[in-house]
Amino acid sequence: MEEKSETPVILLRNVWAGYDLDTVLEDVSFDLYQRDYVGLIGPNGGGKTTLIKVILGLLPPRSGSVSVMGTSPQEGRKYIGYVPQLQVSDKAFPINVWDVVSMGRIKPGLSSLRLSSEDRQRVEEALRQTGMLDLSKRSINEISGGQRQRVYIARALTAQPRILLLDEPTASVDPQASVQLYELLARLNEEISILLISHDMTAISAYVKTIGCINRRLVYHRDKSISADMLQAGYECPVDLIAHGMPHRVFPAHTEDGEPLE
Amino acid sequence: MINFLREVLSYEFMRNALLAGVIVSAACGVIGTLVVLNRIVFISGGIAHAAYGGVGIAYFLGLNPMWGAVGFSLLSSLAMGYVNRKEKARADTIIGVMWALGMALGIIFVSLSPGYKADLMSYLFGSILAVSAGDLRLMLVIAVVVLAFVLVFYRLLLAISFDEVFSTVRNVPVGWLSMAMIVLIGLTVVITMRVVGLILVIALLTIPPAIANLFVREMRSIMVLSTGLSLLFTISGLLISYALNLPSGAVIILVASLGYAAAAAFRQLRARGRMRKEASGAKNTFEVIR
Repeated sequence: MEEKSETPVILLRNVWAGYDLDTVLEDVSFDLYQRDYVGLIGPNGGGKTTLIKVILGLLPPRSGSVSVMGTSPQEGRKYIGYVPQLQVSDKAFPINVWDVVSMGRIKPGLSSLRLSSEDRQRVEEALRQTGMLDLSKRSINEISGGQRQRVYIARALTAQPRILLLDEPTASVDPQASVQLYELLARLNEEISILLISHDMTAISAYVKTIGCINRRLVYHRDKSISADMLQAGYECPVDLIAHGMPHRVFPAHTEDGEPLE
Repeated sequence: MINFLREVLSYEFMRNALLAGVIVSAACGVIGTLVVLNRIVFISGGIAHAAYGGVGIAYFLGLNPMWGAVGFSLLSSLAMGYVNRKEKARADTIIGVMWALGMALGIIFVSLSPGYKADLMSYLFGSILAVSAGDLRLMLVIAVVVLAFVLVFYRLLLAISFDEVFSTVRNVPVGWLSMAMIVLIGLTVVITMRVVGLILVIALLTIPPAIANLFVREMRSIMVLSTGLSLLFTISGLLISYALNLPSGAVIILVASLGYAAAAAFRQLRARGRMRKEASGAKNTFEVIR
């Protein structure tokens, strides 16, 4: 665990958040720094989506503070490239790849009513970066899940974000395509901080730099592995993790009662 | 045929009716596409029926019912738009209540008004043959406002229709835009009501985009094709109803529905034909490999 002196690009301090009577996030504190590549894993219903909403300024926290690039989420989210989870209903919408990606160039104000030549250049660049340029005229229902995920990443990239925020990027993507997706993200991470949230930790763990757990509370030590205290805190995700296999990638060697072997 | 058209065009009410058909088709094709893609058909139906409250009240007060309809549809579209954004979980119930409340108000005020009321049936079932020059002016103004708005804000409307959350994150004024869109739907509903009646408004708003969506895969092409189809259905329905002496609103919707059935059948056949072609193609390849 290293100490950082620079200011984090995303900072959450003692955040509590939820809906009506239901508290979903309890006392969450978290920092994302430049060039970080963090995977947060957690079960469904563990507050993954709520955490994303809080970071994007879509849900004000009940207490605690959130800042993005040193300012409020509403102001700072223009630096975030948000890549939502694929929805089945998107496929029914009549729109082509180019038009989806160019949505990323929308800014507040009247200049967004028409695409400028700079906008076009950025769209083309993002399509090339994600390997989708050849399919730019295809309708969104004519491409695979993995390709659609790339389209959403391209859309996020057009705004030249400092942070990529991905929600379940491999949920409806076949295994080979998800390997390619993670390779793409690793390349992008050379310049952009990445925060990836998923319930599928088998894939995450092999590619991210550091890993954390979210299940109402968040446990994160800037480590590559799931620590014993995450287990002891009674989180579901490490149990899932064992069931999903690949424990050698995420677990440090440990004794039966969870103490690390040194 | 030529004589028939000459006869039709010799009547002022038919000329007005055809002109109304053209104007309404343009607004309907464009707005109907947004209604279908945003899945707010229920709200459009709600606005159409709630507008009857305005018709009844205006009639009771001795005003032009058309203006009552405009006022009520503006009010109800604002209310329904608000409910749809702020009360997502219960929106359809509340909109259903407003739908019924508007109708009930209309019926009560109409029954309280003295005198002959045959004219009011025309708001339920349409009266494109009774369109006056004043009505035409109102239709034209509304259609121009609707088309100008969609033309100017097309890119943002596409963005909020496709992905509202992403648009919010990009700081698009989603709330403002979708409210404006629903108000324009309300105004379009009022002018469409004159053509096919409030009960059949939903059909003319949704059938042309539904057909267009079978053949083209981009929002702007669906808008253009829907406008064309709407024009085709309105004008041919109008001429058929004139020739056979049937109620024009109902004939227009009948023609549109038949058009939808034909389009769906055509698409099915085409898909089957393609599959057969591919299957035989595959067989040939297989033969070659063997």
